Amino acid sequence: MSFEAAYTGIDRLDRLSYGNTVVHRLDPRAKVVATMAFAVVVVSFPRYEVLSLLPCFLFPVLIAALADIPAGFIARKVAAVSPFAVFVGMFNPLFDPATVTIAPGVTVSAGWFSFASILVKFALTISAALLLIATTSFPGICRGLRRLGVPSLFVSQLLFLYRYLFVLTEEAMRVARARDMRSFGKRGTGVRVFVRIVGTLFLRTVERAERIYGAMLARGFRGEVPSMRREALRPSDAAFVLAAGSFFALCRYVPVPQTIGRLLRGLAG
Amino acid sequence: MHMADALLSPAVGGTFWAGTIATIGYASKKLKEHLDDRKIPLMGVLGAFIFASQMINFTIPGTGSSGHLGGGMILSILLGPHAAFLVLASVLTVQALFFADGGLLALGCNIWNLGIYPCYLAWPLIYKPLAGDGRNPKRVFYASMASAIVGLQMGAFSVVLETLLSGKTALPFTTFLLMMQPIHLAIGIVEGFVTAGVIHYVRAARPEILDSSASSAPLAVGISLRNVLIGFLALAIVTGGAFSWFRSARPDGLEWSIGRITGMKELPGQEDGVLAALKSVQEKTAVLPAYGFKPPENVPKGKKQESPAWPNVDAGTSVSGLIGGILVLAVAFGIGWIIRAFRRRTAP
Repeated sequence: MSFEAAYTGIDRLDRLSYGNTVVHRLDPRAKVVATMAFAVVVVSFPRYEVLSLLPCFLFPVLIAALADIPAGFIARKVAAVSPFAVFVGMFNPLFDPATVTIAPGVTVSAGWFSFASILVKFALTISAALLLIATTSFPGICRGLRRLGVPSLFVSQLLFLYRYLFVLTEEAMRVARARDMRSFGKRGTGVRVFVRIVGTLFLRTVERAERIYGAMLARGFRGEVPSMRREALRPSDAAFVLAAGSFFALCRYVPVPQTIGRLLRGLAG
Repeated sequence: MHMADALLSPAVGGTFWAGTIATIGYASKKLKEHLDDRKIPLMGVLGAFIFASQMINFTIPGTGSSGHLGGGMILSILLGPHAAFLVLASVLTVQALFFADGGLLALGCNIWNLGIYPCYLAWPLIYKPLAGDGRNPKRVFYASMASAIVGLQMGAFSVVLETLLSGKTALPFTTFLLMMQPIHLAIGIVEGFVTAGVIHYVRAARPEILDSSASSAPLAVGISLRNVLIGFLALAIVTGGAFSWFRSARPDGLEWSIGRITGMKELPGQEDGVLAALKSVQEKTAVLPAYGFKPPENVPKGKKQESPAWPNVDAGTSVSGLIGGILVLAVAFGIGWIIRAFRRRTAP
């Protein structure tokens, strides 16, 4: 991923997260808990399961549709991070000694099923994680984490990181662009130049931190980032968690596609 | 080398999350004990710095491929282990959210693999003794190199272990290990070179930053041997816990690769437990036990008995499964499309 592409990706997710839809208005805690539960449920499916996982797609699809998140954008981001899972999974058809007869006379390695299962699980969990940040502002997630008991020091760390992420990334982007303009082809993009760039960026960062600290002291900083919001969970948040939880349980314990398929064939026959 | 949700089992993901949360709590507590307010913005901005410099690519000498910075050792040297760990954990959290590197369940594993090894093992046990007071550039160079390599090797080994314990991949242990370790040796060498270079640069330009942060400031109080031992103990307990869970719930995977390595079909004396566990798992998951495409837990059992995996193949039932699957997908995406179309029409 090029620097600019990665940066615009973050920027776009960040801007999407400040939308105002039903999903955006839910409490961050509810969304974090539901997304985490979704990941656990999806991952808990047995390694050869493919069909029974399909109903799970309803969760990310519903969230994306209700929150007006462009589906193509999420799909492209999912594809962009898939290499490691694909790389590890693609050996399953080769190394799995078990075989499956999918139709009379046609036998394939059971590894194809576990590979497909990994791909489906990957698409489900990653799209759910992306939709969480696309529908919840990062400071909102931090507030939620604080309420869920994450140490305040770590939450302050996350908030600071987010606050300066865009500032420093843009600075790094300017430096990298300057380097690329001066290095015709490969020259100048080596480790030595990189070390100096990182060193310079580091020093600028430290100086910036000193200025920030001075400015914060002047505004009464006492070691914690305060939040003015006092949010209580609303009935709609509880309803969301409840509905999501029962949907996940349904997907996990009832093989929906097979049941529907048998029902249809029963009707037809 | 980010771990991915899809390769994890809930037990392994949960175990590493527990270890990671405990370490975040420990590091926060340690840091609060002698916190200098000034470090809070510094840590935050340094997190953004690591994030930003990871996005700058450079050419790896001799190969023409490009690499980027990990930053674990640089942070440990500049901030001390506790602050470095929290900064790394925050960077990985933001990456997991904005880049979807790995997913939420795998985040626990990723913080563990990329944060704990450099900050709590490589820094106190390798960098500190080798680098001494950090004034000799040669010693700093070798110390950075060694600690970066060891930290990354442990991280890569951890990825292999987590993947195999989860049992989602059929990749044999040794094959996977032989793929992962050499790649990370190369990455470790580059990381060590960059770490040494940046430390050297900072020492030349602003020596007081290193002197204040790495040796004298209260923030960087050295880790005592006792704490390192406790850390190791925790590591052993966590991996032990993962092992036992895995034994009871997911017998295929590591045992299978152990079988490959030792040449034995299976480790003796586990048959009863494994089969019993399988049966109970199967009873729990198979709500409609009669459908033709049997629950996959049958496979390892079938494998062991050297009989076909899915014995009673009935074209009818697999067709009904397929029809159902396509229908469910169509309905799921259809609902999304309808909502979208409806919203578009009602939008002003």
